[in-house]
Order: sequence, then structure tokens, then C-alpha cells
Amino acid sequence: MKIVVAVKQVPDTETKVTIRPDGRSVDESSITWIVNPYDEFAVEEALKIKEARGEGEVVVVTVGPARAATALRTCLAMGADRGVHLSDPAFENSDSLGLATILAAAIKPIGADLVFAGQYAVGTDNRQVGVMLAELLEMPHVSVVTKLELTAGGLSAHREIEGGHEIVESPLPCVITAQKGLNEPRYASLKGIMAAKKKTVETRDAAALGLKPEDVKPKTKVVSLELPASRPGVKMIPGDSDTQVKELLRLLHEEAKVL
Amino acid sequence: MATILTFAEVRDGKVRRASLEAVSEARRLAGPLGATVQSVLIGQGVAPLAAEVASYGADRVHVFDDAELANYATESFARALAQVITQEKPAVVLVPYTAMGKDVAPRVAARVGAGLVSDVVKLEVKDGRLEARRPVYAGKALATVRWEGEPQMATLRPNVFALGAPDAARKFETVTGTADVSTRRARVQSVQAAGGGKVELTEAQIIVSGGRGLKGPENFHLVEELAAALGAAVGASRAVVDAGWVDHQMQVGQTGKTVSPTLYVAAGISGAIQHLAGMSSSKVIVAINKDADAPIFKVADYGIVGDVFEVLPKLTAAAKELRSRH
Repeated sequence: MKIVVAVKQVPDTETKVTIRPDGRSVDESSITWIVNPYDEFAVEEALKIKEARGEGEVVVVTVGPARAATALRTCLAMGADRGVHLSDPAFENSDSLGLATILAAAIKPIGADLVFAGQYAVGTDNRQVGVMLAELLEMPHVSVVTKLELTAGGLSAHREIEGGHEIVESPLPCVITAQKGLNEPRYASLKGIMAAKKKTVETRDAAALGLKPEDVKPKTKVVSLELPASRPGVKMIPGDSDTQVKELLRLLHEEAKVL
Repeated sequence: MATILTFAEVRDGKVRRASLEAVSEARRLAGPLGATVQSVLIGQGVAPLAAEVASYGADRVHVFDDAELANYATESFARALAQVITQEKPAVVLVPYTAMGKDVAPRVAARVGAGLVSDVVKLEVKDGRLEARRPVYAGKALATVRWEGEPQMATLRPNVFALGAPDAARKFETVTGTADVSTRRARVQSVQAAGGGKVELTEAQIIVSGGRGLKGPENFHLVEELAAALGAAVGASRAVVDAGWVDHQMQVGQTGKTVSPTLYVAAGISGAIQHLAGMSSSKVIVAINKDADAPIFKVADYGIVGDVFEVLPKLTAAAKELRSRH
């Protein structure tokens, strides 16, 4: 079974966001880069399936600048077999559809039975690429998956919705986007980290993927970025707990008018 | 004349509020864009709901009413929406940012080659084009985004766009669509509700969240009881979700849910940056924490330095009393 996992390198969730003087982008100088947390669930699920079947290949694919190769190495250290790094100056301002187009161009020839991605990449918070990738690969998809089983006819997945789950069945090949709860991602062992150094990471640019600049021309553009307006400030409520509770409810009712 | 198209999501036989918010926003944009508003209804037995959608501002409602569409299937729904987009060539497509909207909109956008902007909290018309505002980094920053080409497609965050005043006498026309369900591969077999009558976090007007200050899962009922007294949804910090006290579906923050309720009560939550990111766009924030220096007080409107074990039960009792009086 061939399993492809699309991953993205993202800023650590504890990162404080600072905006560059251009007013359009985030200052990356003090950012710690990590593998997108949801992609770790995706990689773990792919590895579990390969281990349970005792055969198969797990290929991790990413789009990003030179630094993104580190994210692929992390996934290889977890146990993925090989990496594909899609990197080209033309990819730098890609929107979600552009990223999905680049990923699809790389993944299509692999002939995957299963394609995984995180349900979204933290930071850009778009929640689009995994599903767009499915459409471009002409595969069905199940998004926001918290439980996955392979069946005789394909797969059965729990998809998180408001206040519950949908149980979705799909034939293979299929794209799955992973949600927290799907599994507990493993940490890379020292042995895994050593082994990862010997695994191959192939780098491919737009020409190698057969993509022309107009294929990845962004259809959406961030024109400005700003920090949210600061909150008005806190009113601390003094007194013993009885006084505090009484005063809080009065304020919520009469001043804020939310109760 | 330009067209604004909205997707009207139906759940349990009702048009969801977030869909009516999308129609209301489309109606507001219709003036400055000089556009008409059209909506798409998909499901089984949905035809009678067209009047309600129209009452919020749709001039034309496309109805795909078919037993085969009783359960949501991304591919059939995406095909129906894409079919209307190809036919009507809308300048703008608005979809609610709900579980279904998040699932279907990217599929449609990729199908018709549209730029899609997610989780939009504000739309404005500038020089006849749309400009969208959306939180990024779970709200640590706000981006202003524009589109190249058409349709300009967006998903709208629920609870943010105001509902218009419905006009039951509004004239509208219905167009019956036929969906091609032949190649629907992924299918919903059944739906499991997580538990009776729970209010969904992202749609809740009031949220009460608990954190590590509650010391153990056995004390989390204090948060649930206050939530019940206020008719609120229950949330949690990442620390207590990771510790296994509560289900991850309750997590508020950067790797959980981003929420914007009218009232957010944080009990025993210190306010890690990733938690603040997920809730600081709430209208009014109350923080209860024993540590006066906890970062949660920096985003709160009202703060109580105190013991959650003492304050929460008293607040629950007082909230019950307040609600019984009003």
C-alpha cells in the first residue's frame, strides 16, 4: 500500500506574532518552526497502517523554502520512508489552491492508495489544502477524521461535526485530513533520527513538476496584516467571594448587558 | 447584473442560523455591488425552506431536493453548488464556516478554480470588489485579503455577521435543480450525537471554560454546572484536554476551537498564548483565577482573584437565581 502524507512546516503555537514593517507579513526571525501538529496525527496514522499491514511505503511531501526540509527529516525520523520537497521561488506566495495544485502535481504520479494531511495548518488557518488536493487528485475525501479503519471495500472514518460525529465510508484511493484524537503521535527515537539521515529527500521545482507560473498564480492575496485591537482592560472585582459574585452578576447584567 | 450566491445549509430539517447570516450579509453587500442574491438549498424535503431563505434576502433560490441527498455527501453537494456557479457566474459566493461549509467549500473552489478566503469576520466593498478580514494565527493577527478574478468565494464565521430582519412578503423565484449523484464515493452512513442537548462551542452565545486550576477531572462538574445555569457551552484549556480530563472537542485555543461568544467565562485558566488566541475575540470575558498575575486577566473585562472551588458554586447559585427572575 502506498501512502502519501502532505505536511507543512509552521510556527510553534506558542509563537508571539510580530508583523514586519511591510505591514503584510509576519517577522520570521524569532520563530521556532515545527511540523504542523495536525500533520503529526496524519504521519502517525500512515505509519500505523503500514505497520499493521506489514508492507507498504510512507512518502512525506511538503511545499516550502529550504528550511522546510527539517520538517521532512522529522517525519522520516518518526518512520516515514522517503521525503519529497517541493521548492521553487514561484511557490512562495501560493494560496491554498496553489499549494494544492503543487502537491497534486507531485502526488498524482505516485499512485497513492491513501493520502493524508492535517485538517488544517496552524498559522494560516485556511482549512482548504487537504480537501482541494482531493478534488485535484479526483479522489473522494473525508475531513476532520478522529477514527479510521480500513475495511474490505475501502475505509470507514469518524468525521467530527458540530456536536457529534458522522460515520463516513469511502472506497480507496481517498484523502483523509487528520484531527486531534485520531492517535497519539510517536516521538522520534534516537535510532529513528539516525536512520532518517540515510533516507532520501528528493527536491523538485516547478519545472520538474511540469508546472507553469500561471498554474500557481495566487487567486487570493493578503494586502495587510495587523495585530488585533487590544482589549479595553480589566475591572478587578474586590471583596470576599459573596461580594465578588454578586457584583460580577450585577456588572454582567447592568453594565455589559450580556446576561 | 452581478450575482451573490450563498449556500444555505440545512440540518435536522432547519436552515442553520449561520446560513441565514450569510444570506443577510449577501443582502447587505447587494446594494454597493449592485447585485441580486441567490441561494442554494440541498437535501431531502428542503423545498419548503426556500421561503425562509428568501425572507432574509434571496431573490432566487436553487433547490436540489432529492432522497439521495438526505445524508451529506461532499461530492454530490459540491457538484450541485459548482453546477449553479457555472450556470449563474456569481461575482461572490458565501458559505457558512460550519463543519459542512469547511468540508464542501474548498472542494467547490478547486472545482471551479475560485480563490477561497476562510473564516471571514468582515466583508467590505472597495471599488466594486470585495475585501475580507480574517483572523490568522488563531486570532493573534488579522489579515485583510483581496481576490484576483471571480468568483470571490468566502466562508463566513458563524455568530459574527448580524441577521437581517426577515420579510415574509419578499418576492422570490424557485429554480429546481437536478443533482448528479452517480459518482458519490465517500458517503455518510450515520450520524452520532455526542450527547444530549449539548450547545456547540463555535455557535454558543455563552461559554464557560475550565482549566488546570480545577485540580482534577472530578471537579470539572463545577464548570458544567455553571454552564448549565447560564445555558452555556462548556470549553476547556489544552492542558486539561491533554491530561485527558475532557474530550478534545471541548478544547478552546489554537489547536482547538476559535470562539467568539457574547460572554466567555474562564475558570482556573491561566491564559497560555495559544488559549488566548482562541477566545480573545469574545465580546465580554470574565476571568476567575487565584493568581492575580495570570495572563488571562490581560484580556479579561472583569476579573475575580479567588478560589474557583469557592467562587464557582456561588456563581452557579446566583446565576440560577438571576435567570429565574428574568
